[in-house]
Amino acid sequence: MVNELSRRSVLSGLMAGVAGLALTGPAFALNTEQARNLINDLVNEINNVINSGKPETAMYGDFEKIFIRYADVPIIARSALGVAARSASAAQMNAFTTAFRGYLSRKYGKRFREFIGGKLEVESARAVKSFYEVKTTAYLRGEAPFEVVFLVSDKSGRDLFFNMYIEGVNMLATERTEIGAMLDARRGNIDLLIQDLKTAG
Amino acid sequence: MNILLRLAGLAGIGLLTACTPPQGPGEINDPFETRNREVHEANKKLDRNIVRPSSQRYGRAVPKPMRQGIENFSDNLALPGMVVNDVLQLRLDDAIWNSGRFLFNSTIGLAGIMDPAGDIGITERSTDFGETLHVWGFNEGAYLELPVLGPSTERDAVGKVVDFALNPVGRVLGWPEGGVKTAADVAARVGDRYDHTELIDSILYESADSYAQARLLYLQNRRFELGDQEEPDYYDPYEDPYGE
Repeated sequence: MVNELSRRSVLSGLMAGVAGLALTGPAFALNTEQARNLINDLVNEINNVINSGKPETAMYGDFEKIFIRYADVPIIARSALGVAARSASAAQMNAFTTAFRGYLSRKYGKRFREFIGGKLEVESARAVKSFYEVKTTAYLRGEAPFEVVFLVSDKSGRDLFFNMYIEGVNMLATERTEIGAMLDARRGNIDLLIQDLKTAG
Repeated sequence: MNILLRLAGLAGIGLLTACTPPQGPGEINDPFETRNREVHEANKKLDRNIVRPSSQRYGRAVPKPMRQGIENFSDNLALPGMVVNDVLQLRLDDAIWNSGRFLFNSTIGLAGIMDPAGDIGITERSTDFGETLHVWGFNEGAYLELPVLGPSTERDAVGKVVDFALNPVGRVLGWPEGGVKTAADVAARVGDRYDHTELIDSILYESADSYAQARLLYLQNRRFELGDQEEPDYYDPYEDPYGE
């Protein structure tokens, strides 16, 4: 009897699981096509901004919104802070992530300024390890086309990019070096770092 | 002079095989950091006092189309040296590609001042003797910051010396035409400094540790250029959020 019951519950559990998978599978499991579409949308939004003819200061604000919508900012922030993130309190992590987001938006907003009048085009997408690699080509005025790679994951619960490589130079490593140097200069004081990040970039 | 340089290059290759073990991807091998940082500070001073101000004057005085023409001219004359390296690397498709680009732009492109080849998609497939050494199996070696020239590695520094000694175009041109080429090369580099004012300023003068930033940028970009690996060694922050 006990066996019978448990077998039935296991079976029904399995069935529910299968049904659940069938229903929710496509929505949750990120695939190559979705990763590609995500970056396609991202690239279209960037292209719209850099060809909008708006004043540059207005473009920075637009880039910030795009960045918040498409990037997994918390994991980028945690990774940039590195080992110091381990000893930080939850409140410090929150404050750092917010300050870091503003800093990154300003910094990369300025970089994307060089893209004005140019465009990005999605070339290919494929699964690598447990995430997706989406390759794009940047066509800028007066320069040979070059490669920009976005890495996309759904591990945050949403489909977001967590790193980008511009001609091999990646944002995570660059920011870890930069934030590490800033932290060293402040003798490891995270609160001081957060304070200064609010105006940096 | 050329023979001396070539000997220096060969001596350098001998040194390369002797020192520094192979590097894993993403690793930084910088045993000369103290000396490198001194050179970096000197390079920054040179940039702040001479290169940057000159580039600003040049960039404002000379209109973009003319600067572009000078840059095209300089880039075009670098192609024969690249073809030599393509051949040394046994990359004959690249050798033909770059030769075709050179012939096309040297004639229809008015001695390389225009870039009609680029307009139809035959863009430069850049290479140098540092890459040739890489193809031949030499390791990257230690990171070096060279006086005036900036970030490099032991392997790339040897490559620069050999490329300079090789200089097939300068040899054919002789004097004074070779001097025109050199002047165009310098003007093109100064123009680069102007065109990328904000990017270079942000690295040199706005980052918390400009030496570490320049080193990371150079190594990542250089390894990407040379990379023949199918799948780059992507770092996964979800697996390892603290980077340990």
